[in-house]
Amino acid sequence: MTTTDSGIPVEPLYEPPDGPDPALGRPGEPPFTRGPYASMYRERLWTMRQYAGFGAAADTNARYRYLLSQGQTALSVAFDLPTQLGYDSSHELAASEVGRVGVAIDTADDMAAVFDGLPLEDLSVNFTINATAPIMLAFYLVAAERQGADLTRLAGTLQNDILKEFLARKLYVFPPQPSLRLAGDVVQFCAQELPRFNPISVTGYHAREAGCDAVQELGLTMASAIAYAEHFTARGLAFDSFAPRLSFHFSSQMDLFEEVAKVRAARRLWHRIATERFGATNPNSGRLRFFSGCSGATLTAAQPLNNVIRSTLQCLAAVLGGAQSIHVMGFDEALEIPTEESVRLALRTQQIIGYESGVTRTVDPLAGSYFVESLTDSLEARAAELVAQIDAAGGYVHLLEQGAPQRWIAESAYRAEQAVQSGERVKVGVNQFTGDDDAPPPRLFEVDETAGQRQRDRLARHLATRDEPAAQRALAALGKVATTDENTMPALLAAARAGGTVGEISGVLRAEFGEYREPAPW
Amino acid sequence: MRIVLAKPGLDGHDRGVKVVAMALRDAGAEVIYLGLRQSANQIAVAARAEDADVIGISVLSGAHLALSRQVREAQEAAGVADIPLVVGGTIPPQDVAPLTGLGAAAVFPVGTPIADVVKGVLALGGGHR
Repeated sequence: MTTTDSGIPVEPLYEPPDGPDPALGRPGEPPFTRGPYASMYRERLWTMRQYAGFGAAADTNARYRYLLSQGQTALSVAFDLPTQLGYDSSHELAASEVGRVGVAIDTADDMAAVFDGLPLEDLSVNFTINATAPIMLAFYLVAAERQGADLTRLAGTLQNDILKEFLARKLYVFPPQPSLRLAGDVVQFCAQELPRFNPISVTGYHAREAGCDAVQELGLTMASAIAYAEHFTARGLAFDSFAPRLSFHFSSQMDLFEEVAKVRAARRLWHRIATERFGATNPNSGRLRFFSGCSGATLTAAQPLNNVIRSTLQCLAAVLGGAQSIHVMGFDEALEIPTEESVRLALRTQQIIGYESGVTRTVDPLAGSYFVESLTDSLEARAAELVAQIDAAGGYVHLLEQGAPQRWIAESAYRAEQAVQSGERVKVGVNQFTGDDDAPPPRLFEVDETAGQRQRDRLARHLATRDEPAAQRALAALGKVATTDENTMPALLAAARAGGTVGEISGVLRAEFGEYREPAPW
Repeated sequence: MRIVLAKPGLDGHDRGVKVVAMALRDAGAEVIYLGLRQSANQIAVAARAEDADVIGISVLSGAHLALSRQVREAQEAAGVADIPLVVGGTIPPQDVAPLTGLGAAAVFPVGTPIADVVKGVLALGGGHR
């Protein structure tokens, strides 16, 4: 029996005496306000998934082994910028960026080396990759094939949310329309071949980090999910064939109750959109599952240890909101890539909340709070209004192409900064309680300056030893497919198997689709 | 006072540079924001074409040392080495001195109050030409 620390029994679920409020439903039942699953953390805690990757494949493999040895339960791959933008490590623009903000992946061999000795059938892996998501998926599947893995058992999430790159994260390559087509190719392929894999993670996180507020985060995320669903159904996919595998990604910032209310509202809103707008009949289509990323934008360079407390509150909000997986920031991220110590502390933050705090004993513990329910209703209503405005203005993709939501975010970020500068919004250690900071500066991560050269050498060896005619044939075949409406995934897989590099494969697609440039922000 | 702002390198974090751009604009400066993924040469050439008083770059990928060096070299090549370069972004404390050493006139790491950034940039503008 589960009890409080003083022995009082704790039921898995608390409800009004005369049964559930229809606006809330029961956990695991429509409209899912109280959670996507009936027993939530009573059955299984969320997935503790720290985002990590740096240097060459071998460096990242070592960090993953370390994280798994410390009790992390899944992996989350950070790629370096050249990989995310489709440049080989040897490219001129890649020079000072190889292996810096993530791991450098040029080939399927590199991907196999990242997971060397880690059984992919048994691991859930998240990939923060978007413009080059289909290529990285192909590399990953080749790595899994080489392990002899059963592809139908692969679990994980490909971020593959290209729209929010145009909106906020800004690592786009191709223009919006061909980008959507590639995202759709992945979704269609996964629906057929990878039943346990989430082929897209619809993301409000980056818009929030870039400066918008919680209502905008929620409204923009829903508008973007609608845009994807419309695009995928227009190409002939049935809503119920892909919607159950859509996952979502929200930010968790400082306003504890608003953050909890936001994700409760998100579940209810998505259920309504799935059933009313898209006529979902599969109950899983409206069951919103989400990954919660704690916020880097709220962390401060001043008094960096204070960030441990900020992240703890953000993680708590994600747990009280019923997240399926969580990343906690390293306290030193306003200064550098997190060290092993700060990543371990972030993981311990999750473990202390999960195993010591008792907040996991009952499902949706804040339900029925007058304040939280009122906030949930307000967030849902305001976000729905934003969705309606976007619809009326010609739809999300159209607005994105014009740069309108990008401007909303920049303006909102400026207002937030002014509020901190004026002191209207308190930031401890920044505009109040600044005092003398006696704490010694944290020991920062030291970038291994040899990683870039090691990776370039590795790539050169790869190119010198592969079957060159086979690689060129596969790349040419991909180019042909790109000109048609056919799904590019089989040709991408063939190019990956033949040793094609991320730069070569992206080059073929760039030649066909062109490259995007952002409209001027003002 | 004309300021050319840009993001060199590949990172897409443009929240900071846009906030700085709006603050400088509100302080009366004319801001030309070149956008993301600008090469060092594009930045130097734009600064010359725009007759800029200050060049500002923002880097959040950690590649600030290499990119700042490239921009200074491109400024030399374009004949605009006298335009002060200011650098902002995720810059650890130990990198501030090396940045000024390679020619940055001012460095504004994450956490610098925006008012200080504005004051610092405007103060630099007076000395040019």
